[in-house]
Amino acid sequence: MILIKCPYCGERDQSEFANGGEAHVIRPKNPESLSDKDWGEYVFYRNNPKGIFYERWVHSHGCKKWFNAVRNTSTDQILKVYKVNEKRPDLSDFENTLKSPSGEPLVGSGNFAVKK
Amino acid sequence: MKKKYSITSLIKNSLSDNENWGKMWRNPNPKKHYDVIIVGGGGHGLGTAYYLAKHHGIKNIAVIEKGWLGSGNTGRNTTIIRSNYLWDESANLYDHAVKLWENLSEDLNYNMMFSQRGVLNLAHNEHDIKEIKRRVSANRLNGLDTMWLDKNEVKDLVPIMNTDNLRYPVLGAAYQPRGGVARHDAVAWGYAMRADELGVDIIQNCEVKGIKTDNYKVEGVETTKGFIKSSKIGVVASGHTSVLAATAGVRLPLQSRPLQALVSEPIKPVINTVVMSNAVHAYVSQSDKGELVIGAGTDGYNSFTQRGGYDVIEETVRAIVELYPIFGKMKMLRQWGGIVDICPDASPIISKCDVEGLYFNCGWGTGGFKATPGSANVFAHTIAKDEPHKINAPFALSRFSDGRLIDEHGAAAVAH
Repeated sequence: MILIKCPYCGERDQSEFANGGEAHVIRPKNPESLSDKDWGEYVFYRNNPKGIFYERWVHSHGCKKWFNAVRNTSTDQILKVYKVNEKRPDLSDFENTLKSPSGEPLVGSGNFAVKK
Repeated sequence: MKKKYSITSLIKNSLSDNENWGKMWRNPNPKKHYDVIIVGGGGHGLGTAYYLAKHHGIKNIAVIEKGWLGSGNTGRNTTIIRSNYLWDESANLYDHAVKLWENLSEDLNYNMMFSQRGVLNLAHNEHDIKEIKRRVSANRLNGLDTMWLDKNEVKDLVPIMNTDNLRYPVLGAAYQPRGGVARHDAVAWGYAMRADELGVDIIQNCEVKGIKTDNYKVEGVETTKGFIKSSKIGVVASGHTSVLAATAGVRLPLQSRPLQALVSEPIKPVINTVVMSNAVHAYVSQSDKGELVIGAGTDGYNSFTQRGGYDVIEETVRAIVELYPIFGKMKMLRQWGGIVDICPDASPIISKCDVEGLYFNCGWGTGGFKATPGSANVFAHTIAKDEPHKINAPFALSRFSDGRLIDEHGAAAVAH
């Protein structure tokens, strides 16, 4: 289980939180002037990286406040937690811990047996 | 079809301590160029190669797999097969698969251990009843064999089920007798063996690092065994599809999440059908070895770790024990997670894209195994003809801009 450090309450079990998907998705300013394709992109398309991911969490069984986190989706390691009004940390602030050619770390990859 | 297994070969090999069985498929080095490259050596990928070679006369095909065959979600599911989906498009697609399942052992001459033991979808409240009855009616209009069972009929089918004494009592269920389970490894191995006989190169332990494109046209794949040229590439990489698509500059509406399953110690037969519950959220069947095969919803966040969190296991087991108090003292033997690629409408994408020669078969989310032969069959058609089969035409990528979504969150029976 992941431990998440809520910026308001401190470290708690992940089961107290709900995930809100990708962070920093901005609603287009002029929806009426967008093409169907661009509007579809905004509604349905989200980044899905293996590695550094900016995401939203809400402490639903706690203070009920939303905040952002940076997590490595290949290891589930949380690298930074920050409030919604704080600046998005730069990607270069984080070390990319991905190891193998496609970025498969040994932990939990299911590939460790053949990669020795 | 080359005969590898027969009563004489069985006797002959038993005399030499079974040490001289040949390989089930070759282990070739990749050629410089293929007509079609399939990325992903699971059931869907191997099946696609098989149907391309068998039905569409394309022989120069490679299936590239980063691990061993079926090491991804083909080997990480709960093997449930059914086609009781709500919308016409999905019912057509999934029932196309069930029809192929029914003859797959004969077609491949390899035992899929396909067992049509029926699938129950339980209703636990008024809303469930309305929703499930609506789905049963929709299924019947599509010619499927789904029916509504009341509580007593459910109890007759599954006597060990606790139908009354729980927070959400069992009020009835949808039942599809043609549904069931199959042996997941056999699917990958069967397709692999027959594809190999038709000349398909199956390249294992070779990771595709990127898809090379030039001016919206594919050129080939960069792999750990070097660059391989091809003008047609089919990507069937489940959870990792968006990672691969990104290397070709394609964005897909997918989110990758862990889906867990677990298996108990083996016991005598107690449950002879598949029981799924959307509301209390757990599904269970018993394998031929006697183990209970248990699954539930996805973990609530994106991840590629193939593990998942303990809280999800706890919730699943809690629901199982409430529905089947008899399982209360059983021990769980194994647990695993597969990375599923989930679409916003819980339906798959089997489609061309903006890049010429690049095809995607993805977005199966939590329900890909049941569709394996059907998916492979229509995907092979899509690649060979460069246009979708009429069954998979509605599952195009364009639905996320023209709005023709196929919302199957209800029939997916797994929360995500």
